[in-house]
Amino acid sequence: MNSLSLAQVLQPGVEQSESQVKKTVLKLEHVNIHYGSFQAVKDATFDIYEKHVTAFIGPSGCGKSTVLRSINRMNDMIRGSWIDGKILFNGHDLYDEQVDPVLIRRRIGMVFQKPNPFPKSIYENIAWGARINGFKGDYDELVEQSLRQAALWEEVKDKLKQNALRLSGGQQQRLCIARTIAVQPEVILMDEPASALDPIATGRIEELILELKNNYTIVIVTHNMGQASRVSDHTAFFMVDDKRTGYLQEYAETEQLFLNPQHRKTEEYISGKFG
Amino acid sequence: MKIAIEHPFGKKMRIHERLIEATLFGFALLSIVITLGIAIILIRESYLFFSDPEVELWGFLTGKEWQPMIGRFGFLPLLNATLTTSVIAMALGIPVGLFVAVYLSEYASDKTRGILKPVLEVLAGIPTIVYGYFALTFMTPLLRSIFGMETVQIYNTASAGLVIGILVLPMIATMAEDAIGAVPKELRLAAYALGGTKMETTFKVVIPAALSGLSATFLLALSRAIGETMIVALAAGAGPNLTFSPFEAAETITGYIVRISGGDVSYNSVDYNSIFALGLILFLITFTLNMISRKISRMFHQEYE
Amino acid sequence: MNDMNGQTAFGLASDVSSLMEKRRRNGLVWHIVFIFSTTLAVLFLILLVFSIIDSVFGYAVLINDVEPSALVAGKESVTDFNRAELENVARTRLSAGILRRVEYDKPIAERSDKDLVSLVEEYVVKPKVLKTWGFWGSLTERKAIETYIGENEGSYATFRSWLTPSFIMADQSADPLRAGIRTALLGSLWIILITFVFAFPIGVGAAIYLQEYAVDNRLNRMLQLNIFNLSAVPSIIYGLLGLAVFVRFMEPVTSGSFIMGTVDNTANGRTILSGGMTLGLLVLPIIIINTQEALKAVPDTLRMSAYGVGATKWQTIWYQVLPVSVDRILTGTILALSRALGETAPLVVIGASTFISVDPSGIFSKFTTLPIQIYQWSARPQGAYRNIAAAAIVSLLILLLLMNSTAIYTRDKITKKKRLEA
Ligand SMILES: Nc1ncnc2c1ncn2[C@@H]1O[C@H](COP(=O)(O)OP(=O)(O)O)[C@@H](O)[C@H]1O
Ligand SMILES: [Mg+2]
Repeated sequence: MNSLSLAQVLQPGVEQSESQVKKTVLKLEHVNIHYGSFQAVKDATFDIYEKHVTAFIGPSGCGKSTVLRSINRMNDMIRGSWIDGKILFNGHDLYDEQVDPVLIRRRIGMVFQKPNPFPKSIYENIAWGARINGFKGDYDELVEQSLRQAALWEEVKDKLKQNALRLSGGQQQRLCIARTIAVQPEVILMDEPASALDPIATGRIEELILELKNNYTIVIVTHNMGQASRVSDHTAFFMVDDKRTGYLQEYAETEQLFLNPQHRKTEEYISGKFG
Repeated sequence: MKIAIEHPFGKKMRIHERLIEATLFGFALLSIVITLGIAIILIRESYLFFSDPEVELWGFLTGKEWQPMIGRFGFLPLLNATLTTSVIAMALGIPVGLFVAVYLSEYASDKTRGILKPVLEVLAGIPTIVYGYFALTFMTPLLRSIFGMETVQIYNTASAGLVIGILVLPMIATMAEDAIGAVPKELRLAAYALGGTKMETTFKVVIPAALSGLSATFLLALSRAIGETMIVALAAGAGPNLTFSPFEAAETITGYIVRISGGDVSYNSVDYNSIFALGLILFLITFTLNMISRKISRMFHQEYE
Repeated sequence: MNDMNGQTAFGLASDVSSLMEKRRRNGLVWHIVFIFSTTLAVLFLILLVFSIIDSVFGYAVLINDVEPSALVAGKESVTDFNRAELENVARTRLSAGILRRVEYDKPIAERSDKDLVSLVEEYVVKPKVLKTWGFWGSLTERKAIETYIGENEGSYATFRSWLTPSFIMADQSADPLRAGIRTALLGSLWIILITFVFAFPIGVGAAIYLQEYAVDNRLNRMLQLNIFNLSAVPSIIYGLLGLAVFVRFMEPVTSGSFIMGTVDNTANGRTILSGGMTLGLLVLPIIIINTQEALKAVPDTLRMSAYGVGATKWQTIWYQVLPVSVDRILTGTILALSRALGETAPLVVIGASTFISVDPSGIFSKFTTLPIQIYQWSARPQGAYRNIAAAAIVSLLILLLLMNSTAIYTRDKITKKKRLEA
């Protein structure tokens, strides 16, 4: 794939601020998403860069989760939802008729708001995804590697056969991250992964995200401005119009967006005036 | 002398409120009375049955011949026929019921569901005697035309069993759908997000997670099959017969009770007492199955709360 | 797509796609299995309905004892006879004993034409069913029917519906051509009435206690568990309970002899009262559970607002909770009564009559019911009984349908009224 997209060429500002060349992994072009007759998101156009953390922020109901789910076609699971526009993954249209969503999801994994481990052992939780996807290597090693990457290994290495539901909420969420890592995706989508956790567990997840960024492209939805500024490199700020349709108000490098917002709405939102 | 001062907000007796509550409580207690009534009557008559000099408990439990006329009281033929019809019923009802449930909860569109649910309700609302008629006039001729008139007798346990399977199918499908529906949506999403196909998600995540709820359903269905009466009375045949062939006639426990009590049976005869002894066994089997089923289903629902 | 490092663990791109092919195929196979099972369930219902309807209509090959043309030359059917011929045939061809009885009941001269036609058919022509065909058979096996008629001299085929107004109005009879279900229908309705009177107040009362009063303690939990267990006890066990308690132990009460002195003592306690109470016990747990569901659906805010204005507990229940849940309670009750209407085994066990031709006249009468009638007829192998069994099944199903649609209708009406008042 060509690593330089047209958008990047046309955005010299972005290029300048980075010491190295950014590679676009995902490219959204005029994406509109509907639930039945209701349009939830209109005209979202932006890029997501490899091995960067991109944060989605915005008031509740502005379509952050909707956009996130459209990236690995989890929206297919919602009856009545449909999409137009293009989402390119390494240059391939994800919504091409030929594309099997099952394959997409292995390459673009997802971590949910509420930890949702399978009611099975810790070991099985991690091995399952790899197994259905035909993993051929050493499963013990895979489990250990994944748990280490998710910073959970030390806590659970003696109880891998224990039911995952007995872990604490924070541990469960890290297990879900480990489970996602185990199928070796390129992109990890996270929908408010820490909102159901206590501050300490939240801190560990944030550390983990910074760690994972070395190997994975991460997209994270958060309603916590502090979190966005701590973990992300880029931030997309979504708003709703008067028909409750969400749209992308502003997209920039995180530092820039927080220190020097271009729109009044963005400024109001990050300063906590609404949302 | 003290003068009692009534407190303006003092408690009132409200006799009639109390009376109402006591009456309603009495109604609720009646359910216990019914259970006790069932237990006492079954035990009392069974006691009379077993104290008959012709009957002995060991012979009853192990005997291979049930011929009250000539003093043979071995209940294995009846038990065997009951188990045969029930196993056949489960062999049909469990897979089909489960698959219907999976289809309804995981695959069907709202429109299809809107058609299928009423079909199941109608199937569940049809009296069992109608199923009995169906067994005799449809299932038996069908089996006979498939396997041959010589192989399949007019009355046979296969036909009764299969139709009992159809009878319990809507119950299994509905309860299994509830159990599957109780599995949190998040688990399915997690499986999909890891790249699971619909089938893998269903079989390896959803069904295992619903397993206890499903087993509770199956046990209840089994209990229902064991207690089913009119289908076997019409289609399985009259006359105890210890056979393992599903194509032969064999009378079940319930079939025997109905046949004997339908005739003129005089009180205090061995015949009269024997139907209560068989009733006691039937009650114990089904009661145990129901209790286990409830226990499991309780645990299942606690798991997801 | 280009693979990243480490992705080789999942094999080369070709491996991945061939595995994916296999997984897809697997998924497809199971999808087909699921659809197949569901189709099967629908098919069962269709077959069930078909096998019943099929037996209700079709050809019957009959043979007459005496041909109508032998009675009045040139007339093929009794219905073609004129008044004089009818009276004449009745007076001359009926056996002396029957003639005396008929004249005693109502003189022949005063009887209607229709009445005389059926008299002549019943006692003189005496048609007998030789063989019957179902609806499907009647369409496809014309040849076989004709051959059959040819083989049996004097026989003739008529296409008939076994479900007719006279089938519903007629007494029981050993002759399938004249048998009807009136007695059984009345028996069923009586039984349902007793079941309702007995189980409804107790069931609703118990449900109110469990849902509104009961605190969470051992006793109440046991009550609840016990009710669930009772609802799953095989119905035949209730028959045994009814037999021992109502028929045998409480015979003086259930036969009515304690109030009326002597009554029809052939009933021996096997009366409508016994049957109704037996089914009452059977549906009691169902009514309780359904009513509890109805009460659960009432929002707590309603109770709170009633307490808030100083209502007592019972006032709250009676004036607030019950009026808003009455529609659901009634629907639940009618569902339970539908179950009772279709029950056969418990009534057979308590010894309901299998053959009576007198209509039940009260709660101390002997009785038979529609399902028992169906059982009796289905159990006979001869062709025509199968047809009238099917006709009786259709009648039962229509009755059930009527009951359920009444339930839905009243529920909707009450719901609408509530909405208007709100
Ligand atoms: N499954 C769904 N069906 C219908 N509408 C939905 C569904 N999910 C979300 N929506 C609607 O889409 C809009 C965006 O929702 P969402 O993406 O969840 O917002 P956010 O995550 O930013 O809070 C909201 O108006 C919401 O009501
Ligand atoms: Mg969201």
